[in-house]
Amino acid sequence: MKSAAVVYCRAKTLDEAVSRGASGDGLAKYLAGGQSLIPMMNLRLAMPQTLIDISRLANLRESRIESGRLFVGAGVTHAMIEDGKIQDSTRGYLKQVAGGIAYRSIRNRGTMGGSLVHADPAADWPAALLALDAVAVVHGWSGAREVPLASFHVGLMETCLQPEEVLLGIWLPVLSAQASWSYLKFCRKVGEFGHSIAAVVIDPKLGLANVILGAASDKPCKLIRVSEYLASSGRQAESIADNVLGPILDKELAELVDHSPGTYEFHLHRTMVIRAVRGALKT
Amino acid sequence: MTGKGVGARLRRKEDRRHLRGQGLFVSDIHVPGMLEVAFVRSQCAHGVIRAITVADEYQGSVYTAQDFPEIKPIVAVSKIKGFKYSEHPALASDRVRFAGEPIAMAVGATRAIAEDIADSVLVDIEELPAVVEMVAAVQPGSPLLREEWGDNIYLERHAEFGDIEAARQQASVVVSREYRMNRQSAVPLEGRAILALWDERLEELRVYTSSQSPHQTRVGMAHFLGIDERKLHLIAPDVGGAFGSKRVLYPEELMVAALALKLKKPVRWLDDKREHLLSAIHCREHYHKVTAYADGKGRILGLDAEVYVDGGAYSHWPNGPAMETGMAVSNIPGPYNIGSYRCHSYTVATNKSPIGAYRGVARPAACFTIERTIDEVAHAVGREPHVVRMENMVPEAAMPYRSITGLLFDCGNYAESVRRVAELIAFKEVRNRQKREEEDGRLIGVGFASFTEQTAHGCGEWVSRGTPVIPGYESATARMMPDGSLILMVGIASHGQGLETTLSQVAHQELGIDPENVSVRHGDTQVSPFGMGTFASRSMVMAGGAVAKACRGLRAKVTTIAAHILHCDPAELEFRESRVEGPAGSLGFDDIGRIAHLRQEALPFGMEPLLDFTTTYEPAVDTGVFTYATHAVVVAVDPDTGKVDLLDYACVEDCGTAVNPMIVDGQIIGGIAQGIGTALYEEIPYDENGQPLATTFADYLLPGAPEVPPIKIGHMVTPTPHTEYGMKGMGEGGAIPPPAAIANAVRDALLRIGAELNETPMTPARVRSAVAAAQAASFAAGELAR
Repeated sequence: MKSAAVVYCRAKTLDEAVSRGASGDGLAKYLAGGQSLIPMMNLRLAMPQTLIDISRLANLRESRIESGRLFVGAGVTHAMIEDGKIQDSTRGYLKQVAGGIAYRSIRNRGTMGGSLVHADPAADWPAALLALDAVAVVHGWSGAREVPLASFHVGLMETCLQPEEVLLGIWLPVLSAQASWSYLKFCRKVGEFGHSIAAVVIDPKLGLANVILGAASDKPCKLIRVSEYLASSGRQAESIADNVLGPILDKELAELVDHSPGTYEFHLHRTMVIRAVRGALKT
Repeated sequence: MTGKGVGARLRRKEDRRHLRGQGLFVSDIHVPGMLEVAFVRSQCAHGVIRAITVADEYQGSVYTAQDFPEIKPIVAVSKIKGFKYSEHPALASDRVRFAGEPIAMAVGATRAIAEDIADSVLVDIEELPAVVEMVAAVQPGSPLLREEWGDNIYLERHAEFGDIEAARQQASVVVSREYRMNRQSAVPLEGRAILALWDERLEELRVYTSSQSPHQTRVGMAHFLGIDERKLHLIAPDVGGAFGSKRVLYPEELMVAALALKLKKPVRWLDDKREHLLSAIHCREHYHKVTAYADGKGRILGLDAEVYVDGGAYSHWPNGPAMETGMAVSNIPGPYNIGSYRCHSYTVATNKSPIGAYRGVARPAACFTIERTIDEVAHAVGREPHVVRMENMVPEAAMPYRSITGLLFDCGNYAESVRRVAELIAFKEVRNRQKREEEDGRLIGVGFASFTEQTAHGCGEWVSRGTPVIPGYESATARMMPDGSLILMVGIASHGQGLETTLSQVAHQELGIDPENVSVRHGDTQVSPFGMGTFASRSMVMAGGAVAKACRGLRAKVTTIAAHILHCDPAELEFRESRVEGPAGSLGFDDIGRIAHLRQEALPFGMEPLLDFTTTYEPAVDTGVFTYATHAVVVAVDPDTGKVDLLDYACVEDCGTAVNPMIVDGQIIGGIAQGIGTALYEEIPYDENGQPLATTFADYLLPGAPEVPPIKIGHMVTPTPHTEYGMKGMGEGGAIPPPAAIANAVRDALLRIGAELNETPMTPARVRSAVAAAQAASFAAGELAR
C-alpha cells in the first residue's frame, strides 16, 4: 500500500509549525519520527492532507535539569535515551523503557513526544511516564501551557492537543535514592506492541507511589487503590499480602479494563501488575 | 572428496551479490513507460457481484473481466477420481468466494495513483452466507460455494491398510485426540512480483516474475492467455524466498501478463504484505481426529484417523488443494512400524484464500498428529516418550522398508537419531532440572519429534497424487565455452537454496573445474532446457543428478579429444584444475574448448564440434528418497501469562550425502525458524463472516531472531543407493517437526498440571486457557474428593 497524496512541508521554526497546523483545517499532521504515522498512512488508515515535519527542530531535542525537574524535549528519540545521550533523572527507568520499545531501527527515529501524541494505548511512553507523574509542555499560539499527563491523554489515540499546538516536551521528577521502580511489558514476541504494560514507580521522598496499567483500555490508567495500598505498605515486600492485594486489584481491574474477569486478558493484566509491584519492592 | 566438490563447506557464490545489496529482484527492474497495477479486491467473503462502477474520470484506467473475453478461467482439476471440477476466473465477474479475491485492475503511472483509482471503484456485492469452518462446511445444510457440487467437498477419500478391528480388540491402551493446525501464510521476504512487457522485435511477451518454477508457470500462463509458448518468455530473476507460495500460477500474475499483452505496454504489479496475507496461497489448515490402539508397553498396533483440510475457495494451478490432504494421509503413520491404519479424509472448500504447498506440505500437521499421539501413548503407559518413540520406529535392519501407506523408506537408522538428539539436548540434565522449582515459577519441559521427509519423488509418485503436471525429472545443459569455462543451464530455480554454488560443486566433482569458473543459469525459460522448478525438496537431487550426468557427457568428449591430441589411452587421463593430464603432456580446458569450437581440424575424425550436453535425470526409484530427523526442544512455560520460551533446540538429521554441509545447516535453521512460527506465532483467523483477522504484521506474528534460539545440529550420513552421490533432498525438513516437538515439550512441562496443547499456534492465550481448564478440573476433583 502507498500513501494517498499528501502535501509535505518542513517547518523551520516552532511558530511556523503551529501556524501551518492552525491553517490545516484539522487535516494536517505533525511528523516527528513517523514510525507509527507513516505505516498508518501507507495502509491508508491515516489520510492527512498536510504533513508538517518538525523532526529537524533543534529545540525539540533539548533536555535539561532545571529547578529539581528534568525536561525532555518531545523530539528526543528512544535511541538517544537508550544510549544515555540525555540525562536520566529516573535512576535507569527511562533507559530501560526506551530500550524495550519495538526494534532498534524504530528507536533510531521514533521520538518520545511522537509516542505521547500518537497516544496508542499499547505504546510504552504513555504508561511509563504516567507512572512518573509527568507533565506535558504544550506550545501553542499564546505560548506554552503545562498539562499533567493524566489529562493530556483523553481517549483512544486522542490527546488534548489543538491543531495549532505542538508538544514541546515533558517535565519529569528527579527520583531520590530511595526510589524504586519496575516496568513490565508482555509481548508475544520481541518488538511487538505490548498486550499488557505494568509500570510501578515508588519514591517515598517525593511522595510517589504509582501503579499504572497500559494496553488494557483506551488509555493507560493509574490503579488508584492499588497505588494507595502500595503507599501504605511502607515499601516492605513482606507487608504486601497476596490475599489483600489480590481482591483490591481484582475489583479495580474489573472497573478499568476492557475485558471481564475470567478472560485471558484480565488474568494477564492481573499477573503483570502483581509482578510489577513485587518487582518494584525487590529493587 | 576434493576441496571444492561434493561434501565441501564452500561459501555461497550468491552471497557476494546479496550481502552487498546487488541482487536483482523483479522490483529492481525499471522499464520506461511502465504502468503500475493495483487490484480492486472483494471486501466480502461470499456474494454475487451486482455492479462494478467506475468514476467517469477513471474510465479507461480500470479493467474488469469483461475487458478480457479471451482469457480462460484457471482450471486445476486433480486426476484423482471424485475430485470435483471448478473454475477460477482470474478476475471475478459474477461470484466472489473469498475476501481479497481480485475483481478489477486499476492502472496508473505510480502505484499510489493506481491505488487511488482502485479505491474509487465501487463494487456492489449481494452478500451470501460465508462458509468458514471446514468441519461445519461438510455438514448437510451448510451454505454452498458451488451449488452444482451439492456439498463443499473437493474430494472425499477413504483408505484402509491392515486390520484395524483386530488392533482395536488387542489394544490395552486407547488414546484419542483431536489436533488442529491453523491457517498460515508463507510470507517470503519478497512477495509476489511481476513485470510484463511486449517485445516487438522478438514478438514475445517477456514476463519477469518471482517464481519457483518459470517453465511450468509458462505452460499454464500460455494456455490461459491463449498464446503460443514460444511467444512467452518467463524470467525469474533473484527471488526473495518462496517456500511453495511461488509455485502457483496466480490470477494476478495471469492478468498482469494479459494486460501487457492487451496494451502492448510494460505493466507491473508488486504484491504488498497486506494483499500477500489476504490473497497469496494460505497453508496448513488441518483438523485431525485420531485414535491410537497400543499394547501395554506403548507399541502402536493401529491408527484410526479422520483428516480435514480447509482448501479454501479455489483449486490453484497446478496442484490444487487435494495434494495437501493426500500427503497428510500418507504421512500420519510417520517413521513407525504400524500394523494397521484407517483414514477418512475430506478436502473442503470454504470462503477463504486457496491453500497451497508451504515448506513441509501437510507433513507438519501429519507429524504433529502422530508425534503428539506417540507422546500421549507413552504417558498412558507411564514411559518416556522418546523411548516409546524409538521402540515403535522402523528398525535399521528392516530397510528398505515399505510403510503401511506404501512409502518406500530407503535407508537409515531412525532410532539412532532419537538417541543422539537426546544427548545433544542433554536430556538427563533437563530431567534433573525439572526436579527443582524454577525461581521465576516457570515450568520446564522437554519434547521430541521425529519424521521422514519424502524428497525428490519421481514420476510414479506424482501420478499417484493425481497432479495434472508430473514433475518426475529435471534437466541440465552443460556447455564448455571456447575458453574452457563452463556454463550450467538448469530448469530449476534457486531462491535461497544456494544451488548456484552446489551445482558448481557437482561440476567440480565431475570435471575438476574450479566452481569460480562455472556460471549457473536458472529461472529463464529461453536459456535452459525445459525443467520443472524448485519445490518438494528436489532440486539438489534432480538438477544435481542432471548436472552430474551432463558433465560426464562433457568429460567423455573432452577425454576423447585429449586422448587424440595427447596420443594416449583415454584411461590414462586425469582431470585436475581445469586441465586434462596424460602420461606425457597435458591440455587445458581452454585448449580443448578452442579445438572443439574454433579449430575443428584438430578434432578426431568425424567428431562433431561443440562441447554442449543436454540431458535429463531422475533417481533410480520414483517413490522418493527419505531424509529423516529427530528434533528435541526444551521449553519454559509461564503458567500465568501462557508464554512459551524456547531454552534449547537440537536436531539430528540424515539427508545422505550432503553436497555442502554449510548450506544443509542453513536450510535446517531456516526451516526450524518457520516451524517455530507455526508452533507459536503464525495464524490467520477468520471471523464468522469470513473476514480474515490478520492482514498486517501487527496481527500476523512472525518469529524474529530473538524468538529463534541457537540450533544445535548433529548429522548422520547414510548415502542412499538410488541417487547420484547418495544424496537426498532436505529443504523442507526443518519446518516439519518443530510444532510437534514444541507441543510435546509444552505437554511435558504441563504434565503435572494435567494440561496439554493440541492446536497451533500455541499462543499465550491458548496455553493459559489449557492451564486454567486443568487447574479448574483438578480443583473440582479435589472438591469432589472432599
